[in-house]
Amino acid sequence: MIEIRLHGRGGQGSVIASKILAVAAFAEGNWVQSFPKFGVERRGAPVEAFLRIARDKIFIRSEVTDPDFVVVLDPSLVEVIDFTTGLKENGSILINTPKTPQELDLSDRFKVSCVNASKIAADHRLGSVTSPIVNTAICGAFARSSGLVGIDAVCEAITQEVPIKPENNSKAARVAFESTLF
Amino acid sequence: MKKVLMGNHAASWGVQLSRVKMISAYPITPQTHIVEELSEMCGDGSLDARFLKVESEHSAMASVIASQATGVRSFTASSSNGLALMHELLHWAAGARLPIVMVNVNRALAPGWNIWADQGDSLSQRDTGWIQIYVEDNQEVLDSVIQGYRIAESVDLPVMICYDAFFLSHTYEPVDIPSYDEVDAWLPPYTPTNHLDPEKPKSFYPLVMPDNYMEIKYKFQQAHEQAIGVIDEVGQSFGTSFDRYYGVVEAVQCEDADIILVTSGTITSPARLVLEEMRQKGEKVGLLKMRTFRPFPVKAVQQALNGAKKAIVVDRNCSWGKGGIFADEIKSAMSNTTDAPMIYSYIAGLGGRSITPDDIRGLIEEAIESDSPSSESVWKGLKL
Repeated sequence: MIEIRLHGRGGQGSVIASKILAVAAFAEGNWVQSFPKFGVERRGAPVEAFLRIARDKIFIRSEVTDPDFVVVLDPSLVEVIDFTTGLKENGSILINTPKTPQELDLSDRFKVSCVNASKIAADHRLGSVTSPIVNTAICGAFARSSGLVGIDAVCEAITQEVPIKPENNSKAARVAFESTLF
Repeated sequence: MKKVLMGNHAASWGVQLSRVKMISAYPITPQTHIVEELSEMCGDGSLDARFLKVESEHSAMASVIASQATGVRSFTASSSNGLALMHELLHWAAGARLPIVMVNVNRALAPGWNIWADQGDSLSQRDTGWIQIYVEDNQEVLDSVIQGYRIAESVDLPVMICYDAFFLSHTYEPVDIPSYDEVDAWLPPYTPTNHLDPEKPKSFYPLVMPDNYMEIKYKFQQAHEQAIGVIDEVGQSFGTSFDRYYGVVEAVQCEDADIILVTSGTITSPARLVLEEMRQKGEKVGLLKMRTFRPFPVKAVQQALNGAKKAIVVDRNCSWGKGGIFADEIKSAMSNTTDAPMIYSYIAGLGGRSITPDDIRGLIEEAIESDSPSSESVWKGLKL
């Protein structure tokens, strides 16, 4: 079982990102469990969502405290919270940032990958330039950096789950998939 | 068709597939998604039902009482303080023998203001005369709503399907959604025993004098006793058609067990993991999932627990001034039996606090070490 924790801010679509990835992983034959950190969903406030992917049915009913993989949707969170809390030794981090993994101070402890999801989302007119909705771009980058789900399954899940601008969202995911840095 | 659904939408699908004709509800977190989805289903025509907006939960229950009394399959949903506001009418719905099905998403009652999982809301409605079923995962949510109508309509009693806030209501996981054809073949249209019909006027719910009151209430109690068998039969029949079997309880490896965990709701799932792990180590542990709370399945509990040395009951609830409610009921069910286990009562996970496999492992280890249980419920994980 792989446990994933997503960090974002209310309004960026972290919970939907977790659901898109769940739908994609399920379509590829896995059991999945996706849920938000309950009750903290406020616009702009730090939020968390959790995702478990396993071969068989999942029986755990508690929050992910020791993730294998952490996804950070908002670069400004780096200064507010320690998103590496509980992250397993040699665990993976995917961050939305214009920087490269080498420029971040995490690389020796964890496997770090970066994607400029904010720019990709703005380029595809998702949300506004000042508050882009980055969740679909992050899902594309997750497919690349984790290898746990295929990009085609992610795009199919986006088409299914995102009622607004499904084409732009799918394109953003593919661009992010191609431009993820390790 | 398999889909990744949140528990609340699994409930909405159950209602749609049961071809419910009248829905009335008032929004309250964490139940709101159920009726949001149902109102969309009514709006886009995928569900041919009347959706009635009301100003309170009290009115929601009053209106489904009225619609069900006219012979129309009806549904409502609530949670926590919303359910508490329905209290008076819950008695009415049950006493009038109306087979309404409702979903209650188990949430703590305020204050302290808390929207998270806690069974105190529905357990406070213990004596209203509703059948209460507590479910473990999203598949069971959908399946239990459909079974709920068949149970309710077989015994003319209302059914409350209860599941944990957020741990199910807001959690997405795979659910197998049966087709309309499959459900139609299993759940016949509702044919009321008695209903309001202007063409055939009858008097309903008149004043009942002391001379007759006890007899009416005796029949009501008999219906509950009959419901225990019906819940088992319906769960078996559902399994024959859909390959997912249910009953009043589920006893897992209790036959030869020394220690049996007794759980309800989502606590059952991590308990299954611990059970499997302990069995592999050669520990004789069993699990009793309490799916039905009212009517209380006394014989099934006795059958599962008799012969074990210790039973550990985990309650996500508390009867103030007494203790864990399931534990209390189980002690009562086991009294006057020979060969009953010692009963350990734990209170855990109130107000949405997580219960992990580690927590459950800890309870079993504690019980193994202990010579006799405390006479009061023990609160686990307190940070005092």
